[in-house]
Amino acid sequence: MGKLPFEGIKVADFCWVWTGPTTTKVLADFGATVVKIESHKRLDVWRMQPPFKDDVVGPDRGAIFNSINTGKLSVTLDLSHPKGIELAKKLVAWADVVSDNFAGGAMKRMGLGYEVLKQIKPDIIMMSSALMGQTGPWHDSPGYGDQLSAISGLHEISGWPDRPPGEIGFYTDFIAPRFNALTLIAALEYRRRTGKGQYLDIAQHQGGVQYVAPLLLDYAVNHRVATREGNRDAYAAPHGSYRCQGEDRWCAIAVSTEEEWQSFCRVMGDPAWTKDPRFATLQKRQENEEELDRLVNEWTMNLTDDEVMLKLQAAGVGAGRIGTTQDQMDNDPQLKFRNFYQEREHPELGKYHPPRQPCVLSKTPCQIKRAPLIGEHNEYVLKEILGLSDEEIEPLIVEEVIQ
Amino acid sequence: MTEKMDGLLSPYRVLDLTDEKGLFCGKLMGDMGADVIKIERPGGDPVRNRGPFYHDEADPEKSLYWFAMNTSKRGITLDLEKPQGLEIFKKLAKTADFVVESFPPGTMDRLGVGYADLEKLNPGLILVSIAPFGQTGPYKDFKGPDMVMWATGAGPFMRTFDSYDRPPFRVSHHPQTYFHAGTEAVVGAMVALYHRGTSGEGQHVDVSIQECVNWHPCGDWDFNKRVQKRGAFMIQMKVTVKHIWPCKDGHVMWRYTGGPMARRHSIPLVKWMAEEGMADDWLKNFEWDKFSHYNTTQDIVDRMEEQTVRFFMTHTKTELMTGAIKYRIMLYPISSTLDLAESPQLKFRGFWTQVEHPELGTTITYPGKWANNSETPPVISRRAPLIGEHNLEIYGRELAISKESLETLKRDGVI
Repeated sequence: MGKLPFEGIKVADFCWVWTGPTTTKVLADFGATVVKIESHKRLDVWRMQPPFKDDVVGPDRGAIFNSINTGKLSVTLDLSHPKGIELAKKLVAWADVVSDNFAGGAMKRMGLGYEVLKQIKPDIIMMSSALMGQTGPWHDSPGYGDQLSAISGLHEISGWPDRPPGEIGFYTDFIAPRFNALTLIAALEYRRRTGKGQYLDIAQHQGGVQYVAPLLLDYAVNHRVATREGNRDAYAAPHGSYRCQGEDRWCAIAVSTEEEWQSFCRVMGDPAWTKDPRFATLQKRQENEEELDRLVNEWTMNLTDDEVMLKLQAAGVGAGRIGTTQDQMDNDPQLKFRNFYQEREHPELGKYHPPRQPCVLSKTPCQIKRAPLIGEHNEYVLKEILGLSDEEIEPLIVEEVIQ
Repeated sequence: MTEKMDGLLSPYRVLDLTDEKGLFCGKLMGDMGADVIKIERPGGDPVRNRGPFYHDEADPEKSLYWFAMNTSKRGITLDLEKPQGLEIFKKLAKTADFVVESFPPGTMDRLGVGYADLEKLNPGLILVSIAPFGQTGPYKDFKGPDMVMWATGAGPFMRTFDSYDRPPFRVSHHPQTYFHAGTEAVVGAMVALYHRGTSGEGQHVDVSIQECVNWHPCGDWDFNKRVQKRGAFMIQMKVTVKHIWPCKDGHVMWRYTGGPMARRHSIPLVKWMAEEGMADDWLKNFEWDKFSHYNTTQDIVDRMEEQTVRFFMTHTKTELMTGAIKYRIMLYPISSTLDLAESPQLKFRGFWTQVEHPELGTTITYPGKWANNSETPPVISRRAPLIGEHNLEIYGRELAISKESLETLKRDGVI
């Protein structure tokens, strides 16, 4: 293996829960030394959330935590202790990047605001990824990804027009880490080029809202307020999820061009209803979509989800199985071929299968290493990175600054 | 070209060959200061025919979807299927740092501008390829409309959405999965750029949309060989606890919670309700420490929720958000695009950007920066290009192609 892109880049990582750790995972997977600063007093939420290996509760046994913290080092510092803050500042002096995803203003309150850190390390890049950012009337509002998705306009356009907005989970949690990572890496590149560090005050809200951009322009220009369309699409019919053989099995189908419609009918065996004038054009199919969906379901119901997908794709029609985690991990020839899940050994878990980064770089692919046990690298971080002696470390342990 | 502020990516040039699947990637790089040249087929990209449209006038120069996906880009037309077109593209590729494309896998190789060819031409070049299932594997030639990418990538996630009596649904309107892929592609491009900065070498970044929207990392299947059925979570809970509530002018998100979480949920909301005389004594004196969704009854939850619905229905989303800040309640509105446009937070953060559209005789309000960087925030430097808007500027001035040759190229349908 050649040198990874971020070899030599050092990160003092205060991130926790989902969006922050998923961001710094990018740096770790591509070679950076990421020191995750955590604490037994205030455990990373995902260390104590199910699912756990064999349902045995423990901070090193959570599935999600061990997926999104690959390749990091863990040190346990009590940041509510003044000496904990002192050690944190020593890590800042060592680091190129400092990262956090607390609610706005939290780092400042701990005495670790950008102005302080800049004194310690003038070219530091500090990334604070808060829900609402570090300024503004709502800046210190804490919250989770479902709440952020709600206020970012994404729930309003999800679900069925005849029902309240649909639950789409922690949707922005999959958006924010990308905006964090691309901004942070671009800032690293900018520093490499100019020598200048900076403060990246990222509002996860401002990233999430980008995903409704065309609808915001529609409001700005045409004063139209967007709402939910279920699985309808302005440019395709049939379009949606169709029931397949077996319990709770579904296949998505999207037919947009005339050519695709012809192929779709052919694959179904050209049943008589496809010649019905009610379905003759895209517009007609959309006008009679409920009936169309019923008829398509009659066909899909007798086939497995894989059969529907493979038959239609072979004919050039967009179709895809709505798989479960089991389907994706054990029975997806594409993900398997591309080694998406990577088997790793973990002292508490045995074998487990964290996914790699979605971007495959031809010369410097990411390297996934297992996630750290809590406090696993205390000695390494204190001695090798901070250069503390045993005499200096002992009182810190006694005072529970290091736990 | 208009003067750009110093941006994170100011020195770099991007050739954007993408269709709908990858437009967002170039937009984000352009907003970060890169010189992004959108290369469209003669006549313009098909996305221009997708709505919504300016004043609902279906016109390739009035697609708001196109506008949103192509800020901070210049635009030229070029037919890569014609030999002269290809020659021009190669000339441009020598001047570029990135080429971003989303053709069916193998197209670039067939045209003679695959990564191996481009690397010889320009060793530092970074080629970013976005495709539904990536460049390799048994599904690489499968079609990937948004709905199908949701299914094959985010299937397990869709299964957690509600309305279990209906088929799994996607987020409505525009192809969200393509936005995810576009953003992820920038991440990959940035990693490759950083590597190039220290090593001098370019590389090929292979982005599979399916993988970009695979958000279920290790879970119950990997650890315990268990798969949850749709809606199973709701069945396990003995009670139904409302999460999305109607209010006077829409919906808000909030939930009755006990234990330590009550401090930011139940306790402050009930305090506010009580102040407005809308909580009964039973609710005011409720012991939140002992309350949990797993040890209560539906009757108790219903009694709480009945008075809470009444309270929410007397308030608007804006009032409830204002109260949430004041009382420190973890409650958020389910915002519409109208609410976003009026958000005091986004306004305070300088989020909205006025972009001039001189040919429409107007200025349009765009969502702007996603980060308030202290040195180099992202910024929209120009509106999306018109069809072939910068042909003369780039072909004529930069590549010094003569007027006569340009006429010939135009006549032959190359540009």
